[in-house]
Amino acid sequence: MHRVPWIPIVIIAVMISMAVFAPQLAPYSPIDQTLRDKLLPPVWVDGGSMKYILGTDAFGRDILSRLIFGARVSLIVALLALTAGGGVGLTIGIVAGYFGGTVDNVLMRLVDAAFTFPAILFALLLAVTMGQGLTTLVIAISLLLWASFARIIRGEVLALKQRDFVALARVRGCSPARIMLTHILPNVLNTFMVLVTLNIGVVIIAEASLSFLGAGVPPPTPTWGLMISDGRGRIADAWWISVIPGIAITLLVLSVNLFGDWMRDRLDPRLRQL
Amino acid sequence: MKRYIVHRLLQGVVLLCLVGTIVFFLGRLTGNPVDLMLPEDATPEDRVSMIKALGLDGPLYRQFFIFVGNALHGDLGMSIRMRQPATEAFFSRLPNTLAIIPWSILLAMGVGIPLGVIAALNRGNVLDRAAGTVAVLGVATPGFFLGILLIFVFSVELGWLPSGRMGGPEHYVLPVITLGAFLVAGFMRLVRSSMLEVMESEFVKLARIKGLSEWVVIWKHCLRNALIPVLTLWGVFVGNLITGAIITETVFAWPGVGRLTYEAVIFRDFPLLQAIIILKSILILSINLLVDILYAYVDPRIRLT
Amino acid sequence: MTELDSEPVLEVRDLHTHFFLRRGVVKAVDGVSFSLHKGEVLGLVGESGCGKSMTALSVMRLLPKGSARTVQGRVLLHGEDILTRSPREMREIRGSQISMILQDPQTSLNPVFTVGEQLREAIFHRTHGRNKDVMREAIEALRRVDIAAPEQRIGQFPHQMSGGMKQRVVGAIVMSGQPGVLIADEPTTALDVTIQLQYLKLLQRLQRETGMAILFITHDFGVVARMCDRVAVMYAGRIVECGTVEQVFENPSHPYTRALIASVPKMTGPIERLYTIEGQPPSLMDLPVGCRFAPRCPHAEQRCHDIYPPAFAVETGHDAHCWMLEAE
Repeated sequence: MHRVPWIPIVIIAVMISMAVFAPQLAPYSPIDQTLRDKLLPPVWVDGGSMKYILGTDAFGRDILSRLIFGARVSLIVALLALTAGGGVGLTIGIVAGYFGGTVDNVLMRLVDAAFTFPAILFALLLAVTMGQGLTTLVIAISLLLWASFARIIRGEVLALKQRDFVALARVRGCSPARIMLTHILPNVLNTFMVLVTLNIGVVIIAEASLSFLGAGVPPPTPTWGLMISDGRGRIADAWWISVIPGIAITLLVLSVNLFGDWMRDRLDPRLRQL
Repeated sequence: MKRYIVHRLLQGVVLLCLVGTIVFFLGRLTGNPVDLMLPEDATPEDRVSMIKALGLDGPLYRQFFIFVGNALHGDLGMSIRMRQPATEAFFSRLPNTLAIIPWSILLAMGVGIPLGVIAALNRGNVLDRAAGTVAVLGVATPGFFLGILLIFVFSVELGWLPSGRMGGPEHYVLPVITLGAFLVAGFMRLVRSSMLEVMESEFVKLARIKGLSEWVVIWKHCLRNALIPVLTLWGVFVGNLITGAIITETVFAWPGVGRLTYEAVIFRDFPLLQAIIILKSILILSINLLVDILYAYVDPRIRLT
Repeated sequence: MTELDSEPVLEVRDLHTHFFLRRGVVKAVDGVSFSLHKGEVLGLVGESGCGKSMTALSVMRLLPKGSARTVQGRVLLHGEDILTRSPREMREIRGSQISMILQDPQTSLNPVFTVGEQLREAIFHRTHGRNKDVMREAIEALRRVDIAAPEQRIGQFPHQMSGGMKQRVVGAIVMSGQPGVLIADEPTTALDVTIQLQYLKLLQRLQRETGMAILFITHDFGVVARMCDRVAVMYAGRIVECGTVEQVFENPSHPYTRALIASVPKMTGPIERLYTIEGQPPSLMDLPVGCRFAPRCPHAEQRCHDIYPPAFAVETGHDAHCWMLEAE
């Protein structure tokens, strides 16, 4: 049960290297169009060639190159959104849990509210009012994350607060800010890291979905969600345009989820029921 | 019970105000709301009359009152693209969405709940792992990709089912499956874990002491208790359904409110989107209230508090 | 009241129930034998974790699935081994021939069904009678366990009742099939002290009325003295001493029994310091070869550590597993 998930780790490593070394790895530009090479199938399908291993799209762009650059967008968005949304959730969770009372009550009602309304609606609204872009996307996805982080971290803090070392720090006259930073924060970091890994998949799917709905990073920047969207109308004659990036997303999300489960079992098995 | 309902109702109203406020301020936050609310080819006269109507030359709080006043009268603005009141556009599309949602929920429950029970009963063995794999794959596959895959397999390759738009019963199959898939994995995991917990409980032991058959013990005594968390998390599932409907209807060109949402986004139709969000919020809150009442029915412990 | 010469209604012979965990094998029940005669109340006493409840669950064949298994032994109910019965046959035996009261009434009733539903279900399962008859029988069963206004109570949910009342409902449910054998696993431990006595009296009355045999599991020697005819003392998965209540109380022959009796606070006489037993019971995963009590026993000799003592008769119907008795 607790074996190290090597296959997912390898897949994640490959995707990360794709993102980091995209300019070196990609055989072609992900954006430049070569119209005479449009709609070429992957190499293993009749009519495919080694020139474009995964085929080309309707504008003659190399799918492999777009896939490699698309990994970049997915991972950058994941990194930023998890930092922003997770960070906000962490802060709110600690503050609510530590102070309790009215502060806790108000913040937790907000969390409930966030759970009631699907974040995608506000994400779409942001895309329309603020315009498409990386910032909008990161804010939108952070909206999706903060509440679940806040709720779980708060629970942890409530338990920690009962522990002697926190009481002791209070008796010694430490300020609340100091206690939260030096005594509580380090003790919830494990949980935080588990939550981060468990949510990478959520973020990647959210990014792809928003791109698919025309609310992600604007074209021509290649993203996996956008690639799937582009190929949607061509599914009958050029399935590879959307199926290949779709498989890439599924594979990556599957890998990070399996990796996240393993992390959780190792670091914080109590989170299992979530 | 009555007090409970009134309490939840008030809570809903407060939440709705919150949503309204957020939507209002997001509309004013960036640049000029007139640009957001009027088509690009609007005449200067149109602009002047809109500024007047919404009080855009006045202070922000005044604009807010006008917004709230209009909303209370059911006026959530004019759709830019459709040139009709946004609420009208919403309600004309709503039936199409409601036509697939019940089937999707049924499908998700019909698949997710038995799978969860079976996985729990066979904890740790092949069946459990198989069900777990299905759930893990279900979580990892983005809904829109699943929809496209279904179209590719069943419409393009096999030619069995239509790939989109409304029509006879055969048009429902793929959208219903796609939308249902947004819930199946969640149902399954939840039912499995709560079944495992319930099966350990003392009242299940007592049911066995009575000599009841395993069938009655599992499907009556355990499942009824195991379904309580499913109801508690209903809010999350409704959220999933709304998200799922947007994506599913977009993939299958299904003329419901989900597709309308997508259109509002790609045509930058802010008044329409604003109305959709408020109306969907009302919808979500009403559903949650209904579920709360149902919850009180299933779990008698709630009824008296 | 005891009819020692009659055939036992329940006889357990050399029962071994083990837990198979990843960390190792836990021998929760490791060679338990006793017999229960018609109309008799047998107390099974011991500290928590000594295997009392596991003995009961093994007899009922309701061990936690997957981890625990009865690996050896026989459980004879009216002379027939029920360990070899099919699950289906076992279901017919449970509730009608042998039944059990669980420890905690707060959790032993299903929270989402009315008590009436849970009681009627037990009755219907056996009689398949008409609604009206089942209902009448259910109300009668509630009345037998001293529930006032059973017609109203029958429509209530468990959370609307007090702990004592719930435990009486549990009693009504498990005894609705008039089983010849009842296992009561610490039935009063979770109840308020004031209610405990009331419940014991109820059990006693029902036992006299129906003539059923009760295996009464407890850690409380006071309750044993009140309820039981005979008593078996259990330590680390085995029974170390067994006899009538008078014999064991007047002449406790195993050092563990003596320590247990000494640690019960006395209600009369001068206030003394309570006796406590030094040390911890052995881990059931790593049992000593010899007497299991030897590491804590003040009289332990070398052979106590080396060889497990067989049963020595103290007097007729009273024996104990202790080397000190060999000479006598």
